[in-house]
Amino acid sequence: MSDQVLIRGARLYGEGDPVDVLVAHGLIAEIGSIEAAEGTEVVEAAGQVLLPGFVDLHTHLREPGREDAETVETGSAAAALGGYTAVFAMANTDPVADNAVVVEHVWRRGREVGLVDVHPVGAVTVGLNGERLAELGTMAKSVAGVRMFSDDGHCVADPLLMRRALEYSTALDVVIAQHAEEPRLTVGAQAHEGEIASRLGYAGWPASAEESIVARDCLLAGHAGARLHVCHVSTAGTAEVLRWAKDRQRAGTISAEVTPHHLLLTDERLASYDPVNKVNPPLRTGGDAARLRAALAEGVIDCVATDHAPHPVQDKDCEWAVAKPGMLGLQTALSVVTETMVRTGLLDWRGVARVMSERPAEIAGLPDQGRPLLAGEPANLVLVDPDAEWTVRGTELASLAANTPYEGMRLPGVVTLTLLRGRITAREGKIG
Amino acid sequence: MKHLLATDGLDPRLATAVLDTADELKKTLLGREVRKLPTLRGRTVVTLFYENSTRTRVSFEIAGKWMSADVINVSSGGSSVGKGESLRDTALTLAAAGADCVIIRHPASGAAHRLAGWLAESGTAVVNAGDGMHEHPTQALLDAATLRERLGTLSGRRVAIVGDVLHSRVARSNIHLLTALGAEVVLVAPPTLLPVGVSALPVTVSHELDAELAALDAVMMLRVQAERMHGGFFPSAREYSVAYGLSEQRLKMLPEHAVVLHPGPMLRGMEIASAVADAPSSAITEQVRNGVHVRMAVLYHLLAGEEEK
Ligand SMILES: [Zn+2]
Repeated sequence: MSDQVLIRGARLYGEGDPVDVLVAHGLIAEIGSIEAAEGTEVVEAAGQVLLPGFVDLHTHLREPGREDAETVETGSAAAALGGYTAVFAMANTDPVADNAVVVEHVWRRGREVGLVDVHPVGAVTVGLNGERLAELGTMAKSVAGVRMFSDDGHCVADPLLMRRALEYSTALDVVIAQHAEEPRLTVGAQAHEGEIASRLGYAGWPASAEESIVARDCLLAGHAGARLHVCHVSTAGTAEVLRWAKDRQRAGTISAEVTPHHLLLTDERLASYDPVNKVNPPLRTGGDAARLRAALAEGVIDCVATDHAPHPVQDKDCEWAVAKPGMLGLQTALSVVTETMVRTGLLDWRGVARVMSERPAEIAGLPDQGRPLLAGEPANLVLVDPDAEWTVRGTELASLAANTPYEGMRLPGVVTLTLLRGRITAREGKIG
Repeated sequence: MKHLLATDGLDPRLATAVLDTADELKKTLLGREVRKLPTLRGRTVVTLFYENSTRTRVSFEIAGKWMSADVINVSSGGSSVGKGESLRDTALTLAAAGADCVIIRHPASGAAHRLAGWLAESGTAVVNAGDGMHEHPTQALLDAATLRERLGTLSGRRVAIVGDVLHSRVARSNIHLLTALGAEVVLVAPPTLLPVGVSALPVTVSHELDAELAALDAVMMLRVQAERMHGGFFPSAREYSVAYGLSEQRLKMLPEHAVVLHPGPMLRGMEIASAVADAPSSAITEQVRNGVHVRMAVLYHLLAGEEEK
């Protein structure tokens, strides 16, 4: 493969006239009308949209511990095929990523695979137990350079411990990402608390269990002057809390993400009792989904994050109550965003670049991701065919698992090319 | 009828047909010394119980035996969900071994639906004998049979369901079936024991039992599980009993023709006064008796209905 790639006739951010983009030495070398030099790999991109590579703040790669569900290698492949150039691997592995050894292992595996920049997320508390702070400083200063900490899967529920985590994080200039779920309000919870769960006999997960923690954490972050990131916002009420908190924002910085599935899917899916629809936080009502889409368009919610959560078949093909929560997301995210945000007119492609690349890179403090499409910038890029459609088949996805809620659905928006530092990592649905 | 998983969405004509069959079976067997019909000879019925419930299991077992089916009990009582062989593997084993019908009791809502999905290709019928907080359709059918017997019809009758509606699969199944058969349902419970979104159900809600009694044709008391009493759902057993227990005094406030039901096992004294449980208004023993005939009718419609009708 040549080390120069010429992307011919794409529209940057889907705007303006088609241009040629020359990528060389890992950078965008030139933008304009360009003749292909000999030995340059040419990608015909007429009708396609060029965007900065996507950054996922919320991925579960399952390595170490559950390599039967996903590995750094298979998850990286799914990410590259989904248009991602950087992912944040959550800490709820086995062993937990609450120390330098585990985060360095994950980081190193990501480098070896080389399809996407894998940034390990460190645990906030030892063993995700919510009792004692993990060695945040050691992880931040390790070779993995941890930028984000989260007990995701669990909420740091103790308000004093959360305050300490936020305060402590300010010295490291890192962000604390919270899975907002008041555990006393969600004991035994199986689905969104509402009409449908009541009818089907699922114990309810009330919206207020999320909203109350987000409100509390926003106040604590302001008090501590810390950076708080709210994971997978799922309710209309949380969007309201975020709007209020961002308006009054004192010293702290607040950001938030929403998953593709909370933008598209609702609790009406639960009637099948098929645990492929079981996720935490749960699928909410149609009204919630509509408000989340609006909040994302307005910037009240900063970005899209997949919460990619692979599970082997035996953990999903069982009774709802014992099934593991979570669904695949990396390879379908762009399509779901196209369907819910672009086709509805809520976001243009520049907006997609903002919510899938630029904002997540800013939140996590990545200097070379989510950069503008300009000569001299790092060539972390994704090319999207906005008009193409595809049919999702779980077994055809790159993940080891196949638990996609979009099975058989026809979705718009196809990733045709992904470049990591100028190197093609995925093309036309294939790696490399 | 392929399976009986829920009363939610059950065709009222089909429900009525099952109730009519139960009536016929009851008449046929009345006074017989040997209560055995050859209808399901050679058919195998398996009761698969992941939760202990002697009364429901025995009722199904007698129903199967009175119709000459081979009834096999598979109990996993005590073994908790998620341990041991998966439900899916158990289901496939039973189907492969030749079960014509699996009657399942399971602590997870939706377990019967999942089972029916896994057994779709085998042709094995599934009866939901209680799944989590979801449904218990044969209990609702036997309640409806008992009310029909006492009141003649359900159409236009007003039935109160009293107590822990939130956690009750019996309440859910009854709400759907009774309203489908033309009855009005009023739920009487403290707000902590009512499901969120209850207003979407075809019912009215009351927190005052006394205010409802005079207009009722039937009152269905629900079981209050001991663990709820200390779970903060209500302040004390005494306060609950005062507000929602069916006392002798309250019995007197009911119209004379009104029927008292309880799915059992009863907490005498707290949910229902002992004298009320044993009063002529009480149909609690008939519920148990009708339970067998209703379950026979269900098995008949699942396993013999098509061919023999
Ligand atoms: Zn989470």
